[in-house]
Amino acid sequence: MVLKIEQDYGRFKQIIRGHVKKELRKYITSGELIGKQGKKLVSIPIPQIDIPRFRYTDKQSGGVGQGDGDTGTPLGEEDGVGTAGNAEGYHIVEVDITLEEMAELLGEELELPKILPKKCEKINSEKNVYRGIRQAGPQSLRHFRRTYKQALKRQIVSGVYNPENPIVTPFAEDRRYRSLKIVHQPQTKAVIIYMMDVSGSMGQDQKEIVRIESFWIDAWLKLQYKGLETRYIIHDAVAREVDAETFFHTRESGGTIISSAYKLALKMIKEDYDPDQWNIYPFHFSDGDNWSGSDTQECLELLQKDFFTFCNAFCYGQVESEYGSGQFLKDLTERFGATHEKLITSKIENRDKIIDSIKTFLGKGK
Amino acid sequence: MLTPELEQWKATIANHARSYGLDFFKTIFEILDWKQVNEIAAYGGFPNRYPHWRFGMEYEQLSKSYAYGLSKIYEMVINNDPCYAYLLHSNNMVDQKMVMAHVFGHCDFFKNNIFFGPTPKNMMDQMANHRVRVTRYVDKLGYEKVERFIDVCLSIDNLIDYQLPFSERKNKVVEEEEEELKQDVHRLKVDKEYLEGFINPEHFIEMQRQKQEKEDKQKTKIPLHPQKDVMGFLLEYAPLSRWEYDILHIIRDEGYYYAPQAQTKIMNEGWASYWHSKIMTEKILNDSEIIDFADHHSGTVAMTSGRLNPYKIGLEIFRDIEERWNKGRFGKEYDECEDMVEKAKWDKKLGLGREKIFEVRKIYNDVTFIESFLTPEFCARHKLFSFEFNRASNHYEIASREFKIIKEKLLFHLTNFGQPFIEVVDANYDNRAELLLKHVHHGIDLDLDYAKDVLKNMYDIWKRPVLIETQLGSQLRIYSFDGEKHKEMDTKEGI
Repeated sequence: MVLKIEQDYGRFKQIIRGHVKKELRKYITSGELIGKQGKKLVSIPIPQIDIPRFRYTDKQSGGVGQGDGDTGTPLGEEDGVGTAGNAEGYHIVEVDITLEEMAELLGEELELPKILPKKCEKINSEKNVYRGIRQAGPQSLRHFRRTYKQALKRQIVSGVYNPENPIVTPFAEDRRYRSLKIVHQPQTKAVIIYMMDVSGSMGQDQKEIVRIESFWIDAWLKLQYKGLETRYIIHDAVAREVDAETFFHTRESGGTIISSAYKLALKMIKEDYDPDQWNIYPFHFSDGDNWSGSDTQECLELLQKDFFTFCNAFCYGQVESEYGSGQFLKDLTERFGATHEKLITSKIENRDKIIDSIKTFLGKGK
Repeated sequence: MLTPELEQWKATIANHARSYGLDFFKTIFEILDWKQVNEIAAYGGFPNRYPHWRFGMEYEQLSKSYAYGLSKIYEMVINNDPCYAYLLHSNNMVDQKMVMAHVFGHCDFFKNNIFFGPTPKNMMDQMANHRVRVTRYVDKLGYEKVERFIDVCLSIDNLIDYQLPFSERKNKVVEEEEEELKQDVHRLKVDKEYLEGFINPEHFIEMQRQKQEKEDKQKTKIPLHPQKDVMGFLLEYAPLSRWEYDILHIIRDEGYYYAPQAQTKIMNEGWASYWHSKIMTEKILNDSEIIDFADHHSGTVAMTSGRLNPYKIGLEIFRDIEERWNKGRFGKEYDECEDMVEKAKWDKKLGLGREKIFEVRKIYNDVTFIESFLTPEFCARHKLFSFEFNRASNHYEIASREFKIIKEKLLFHLTNFGQPFIEVVDANYDNRAELLLKHVHHGIDLDLDYAKDVLKNMYDIWKRPVLIETQLGSQLRIYSFDGEKHKEMDTKEGI
């Protein structure tokens, strides 16, 4: 079914994402619905834009409500906030949400990393296909199946349909036509390489933070790009490749040699992912406590020489260590500046900062 | 199009409704799936509106809360002749019946309540027309430009005069009369000619002449009297290009169309709920449906703690009126009776209730409805309270359970829809063609951030500086926007 409102809806989404009409952004408020995942409540954001009008200041007016309680009883947060007493009652109901829906909700605040077209795709980048459906169009483009399906639906709804004598006659309003769409066929050849520092200096909390964060990044990107590849590397003094299960559950200890992970990642890239054909996104999480200054130097060289030429963006997240924060982030920013084209860094002090950090990594649309 | 079964129920319910005395336009029901229902709801009940992002915003909210199971729209009906009403396809039969009964209540209200009298009855066509016109401007001038101007107009779409549809003609007649009466300097009547010099001495004539001059000057002032219909004023006087004029006109028309619905929300919903419960329980329901009906009916009229539900309040007040007029609990004798026992037993068996509620639905709106029929007994029975924001605890708190205060608060929120009163005072302020507005202060300040942006938007319409006089606490202040920057100043005596 093609709805007229799609156009308005699309426009609204564009405004919310800040693509157009930036002057309205200051009026975006985030309303929310309350949902439930497992036992926890989650809020479902419904951003809204207020059109400026002459109105009263919120807090002076008060209102009328209904219920028990003596004078001075505070009203609950969700009750009677802001608006007049004649507003409609609003129930808060809890709903269950799947992981995918959660990732989708999360994603509404994010932008997709731009996956660059690579060489092999230039051959078949644009294509005209009749994939859309419209309610109006030339007879030559009539879509018989959809037309009859619509007619059948209408007949069933209106009770005219008789299974004994299944004659379906489409009306004008049932007619569906193919519509032309230009499709860019991005062959989403993209790989994400997660690297995590599991050395002794990373406490349980730090590892937990990294796992939560990479879990959500993973959930979100997988939802967006079918056929996305992910590889996992853990390292202490030596690096090794692991599967997702191990990556999210392992406990290790030992020293930290970051370059070991970088070298392994580069080896992976060289063997399996030709940078001409693949979009490569390495994510590295660490507490920033590297074994030695000379290793750090080596890392920086690797970044400069190899990663920045091969990768779309290199993301480094540093968690606050038990033993004070590490050097590595500082070394990175000293060498490459705070805003490097290919380097995205983020500092994750505690669990509450995870969401901000994800926004930093994915919000840039690289 | 309805299924044969629903078609039959529609006829049955319509007949019952008529036999109770309801009088409605021809009503057309359509069955829609949830996406279509959400679309139409986002469009304010119409299948066609002009393109604008805010409908998309409404749609997102509705479909998200439907998709996550938080709310759903049972019914929608629009004030048009014939009335259009929509049923949600997935509702079960008892819901559909209840909705139909409810819809007939609304239709009766649309047709008979005098506040709906001036609204156009072919709004379905007009809205589609608006869409065509705006789309044409979009094609010609580009989406951005037209959208921007719609945004601008929407930020003043609450500045209309709700009394205007009822007073327009009268004003015109008065103006014409004044025109005719225009004459020479006013002289006192003199019987004998020789007394002329004493009764109308020269300095008196001079005084009269000056007064007349002043009045004439006053008459050339635009507007003559402060005007609440700001949109109408701008249509008449602002330097708008043709498409701008048309768009502002469209938005004003739609504003006036929706105004009575906002003006009678409590009554309209109360009336429809009263009738759906009456028709369903007395005529339609069979034994197997009673539980479902009770469940959904209680859902519609449920009070979430802390909030007022217009369905519930309206329904209860209508029932209260019916009971009071049936039992004769009104008038001087009843009011002055101080014996509580006698009052509680009071029953004169007048049986005027039904007649009274039909009268009420004809000539009242929410303000007069609450003003006349909200009683202390009612407030106590339904545990109403007023609340205020407490700055110390940063919380809304129950402020009072006193009848007078509750009623006052409620009326305040209903009068002018709880919106500030804004008037155009002078279109040639300071003799510089600047537009001066005035906020008539009733104890609550304007939200200044918003007010400043409205001024900015109005500049785009008026194309000269726009000012507003308001009060901040007890201090009179003027805020202005001159096309580049905002200014504010204190003022002593106002303008």
